[in-house]
Amino acid sequence: MLVDSPPEQCAETAPAPPTRRAARAFGLLLSAAILVLVALASIAIGAKSLSLDQVWHGLFHGTGTYGDVVVDERLARTVLGLLAGAALGLSGAVLQALTRNPLADPGLLGINAGASAAVVTAITYFGVTSLTGYVWFAFFGAAAVGALVWLLGGSRGATPVRLALAGTAISAALYGYLQAVMITDDAALGTMRFWTVGSLASATNSTILQVLPFLAVGTALALGLARPLNAVAMGDDTARALGANLGRTRALAMLAATVLCGAATAACGPIVFVGLMVPHVVRSFTGPDLRWILPYATVLSPVLLLGADVAGRVVARPSELQVGIVTAIIGGPVFIFLVRRRRTAQL
Amino acid sequence: MKTRSMNRAVRAPGGLSLRLDLRALIVVALLLVAACAAGVALIGTGDAKIPAADVLRTLAGHGTAYQDFIVNELRLPRVLVGLLVGASLGLGGALFQSVSRNPLGSPDVLGLSQGSTAGALVVIVLMSGSTTQVTVGALIGGLATGLAIYLLAWKQGVHGYRLVLVGIGVSAIATAVNGYLLTKADMVDAARAVVWMTGSLDGRDWDQVWPLLALCAVLVPVVLAGARGLRMTEMGDDVANALGVPVQRVRLVLMVCAVLLVAAATAAAGPVSFVALTAPQLARRLTRSPGPNLVPSLCMGAALLVAADWASQRAFGADQLPVGVVTGVLGGGYLLWLLVTERRAGRI
Repeated sequence: MLVDSPPEQCAETAPAPPTRRAARAFGLLLSAAILVLVALASIAIGAKSLSLDQVWHGLFHGTGTYGDVVVDERLARTVLGLLAGAALGLSGAVLQALTRNPLADPGLLGINAGASAAVVTAITYFGVTSLTGYVWFAFFGAAAVGALVWLLGGSRGATPVRLALAGTAISAALYGYLQAVMITDDAALGTMRFWTVGSLASATNSTILQVLPFLAVGTALALGLARPLNAVAMGDDTARALGANLGRTRALAMLAATVLCGAATAACGPIVFVGLMVPHVVRSFTGPDLRWILPYATVLSPVLLLGADVAGRVVARPSELQVGIVTAIIGGPVFIFLVRRRRTAQL
Repeated sequence: MKTRSMNRAVRAPGGLSLRLDLRALIVVALLLVAACAAGVALIGTGDAKIPAADVLRTLAGHGTAYQDFIVNELRLPRVLVGLLVGASLGLGGALFQSVSRNPLGSPDVLGLSQGSTAGALVVIVLMSGSTTQVTVGALIGGLATGLAIYLLAWKQGVHGYRLVLVGIGVSAIATAVNGYLLTKADMVDAARAVVWMTGSLDGRDWDQVWPLLALCAVLVPVVLAGARGLRMTEMGDDVANALGVPVQRVRLVLMVCAVLLVAAATAAAGPVSFVALTAPQLARRLTRSPGPNLVPSLCMGAALLVAADWASQRAFGADQLPVGVVTGVLGGGYLLWLLVTERRAGRI
């Protein structure tokens, strides 16, 4: 929980005043409108810029002109950006609520390391060379590490600190393995150095279809957990007193976060900071009620991810900067600013 | 070993007294022996194996010319760099963990290693520089990152958590820069960069030993002089202030020392992961004494690094895998073990 925001414990018991609720609903609509604009920009802007007119033509009346082909190429990338962004933001928000740790990030729980280790294994020992082939490995790597962190973190008795420690420990061991493989196998190094920065550039329709079912299930699960997680955020004792089933909520939240983040990482490589930063920004204007945080994070995270992707295409034209690099370079300073602004940052 | 109280107070006339922690002294002595033994074993390991007795005789100056060349010219500097780097990382890690009051507040987590890496990668990828230039680049990167973290975390004093959090942010930015540089590199440079990033003792010679030794000779006494104040600050800033410790000054001096130690060690051997994280934790568990445990951490770091290098040479063959791989895997495994046992003991 944010430390300097006023406690809004009434959120669970009494509904917010109608005007504030209306304002929040309007804000959500506004965010969705911004998302549409950013998505259009993501299709229009690139090495070759298109006018909105051409974008419209390519989207709805495609006849195979040069512009239409470009739109087609960028469409998959934009859709993947939308899906992955929403998944990362949502899983970050859920993890922060679950661990009561404002710094919880899929990377902290070892999910990125699990996916990376699985991909490098796929390349080196199974001879997988296509991105569609990695996706399954990355996903199962992420899921396996998520489950392992959960078990080592104490499963139903997991505490925030134990989960973070277990994640750090497993990441360390896996990165050691990753580096050992990269040093001894040039082919793995050649692929991994591009995979580990996180990029939307290689998105294809088949990648999207592979991860879509997982993202759908994860999103539904996460959004449904808003209420019980609200109770968990108040502390174990209060949550129990309010009748929340702590063990089940934690297990389901961990499952949702792992599925979402695992699928997103599988499709575009490890992307840091989207899951960390967006929930913070959202919380600063919604307050601590997860019933608002989760939808806002779902809508605003893709804005950040697609925005970063567009920025990466613009600054390095005609080449491009991978989105994972841009999010970290934007996200790092924002994160430090947030840490500095707060009176006491709780870990 | 079951311990009774192993502390002895030595009292001198005039009210002066010194508390001797026998257990800590024994631990330090044993660790020193372990570090030296691992060093001798490491000297004897390689394509040309030399028995330990011959190694000792050669070190004393009574070996054959052939042994003398291999031991004193090729392998001794490597072992000395290993010992010094391990000691610097152990001591630096203990300082960071004490200042941030967090067992995870090691240079790996705070971004110093990533900053050094960024400096080295700039030299490797953009300038294709020589080994010496890479060392200088890493040193500049590490020091600049240390300065940036300190300034960004400063807000009427440096607070433990804020230091860790700012460090995590800086670390992520540096990691992104490193990832970008790696994608820009050609294959040869990329392979060289990855070996450097893992941390390795291969091919270290006397040119690396002397600057490190000089730095340690200056900094270790400074750090030990500040240890008393550091122990007080662990009780909280208010208590330490009340006891007459100038908290921010002690912290600044020790942080500068820690950054210098870690940056120099990283420049010499690359960002060897997890020594700085695990050495203080292991030392603390062996001595069972509270406080920063600076000297035991220093000895533990040296022993760990050289032992890990020896293990890597034995298990995978000479110069096949750099030491950083072993420390990473062992460090992660150790942390997991800690997690399981501490839970059983009900401490976490």
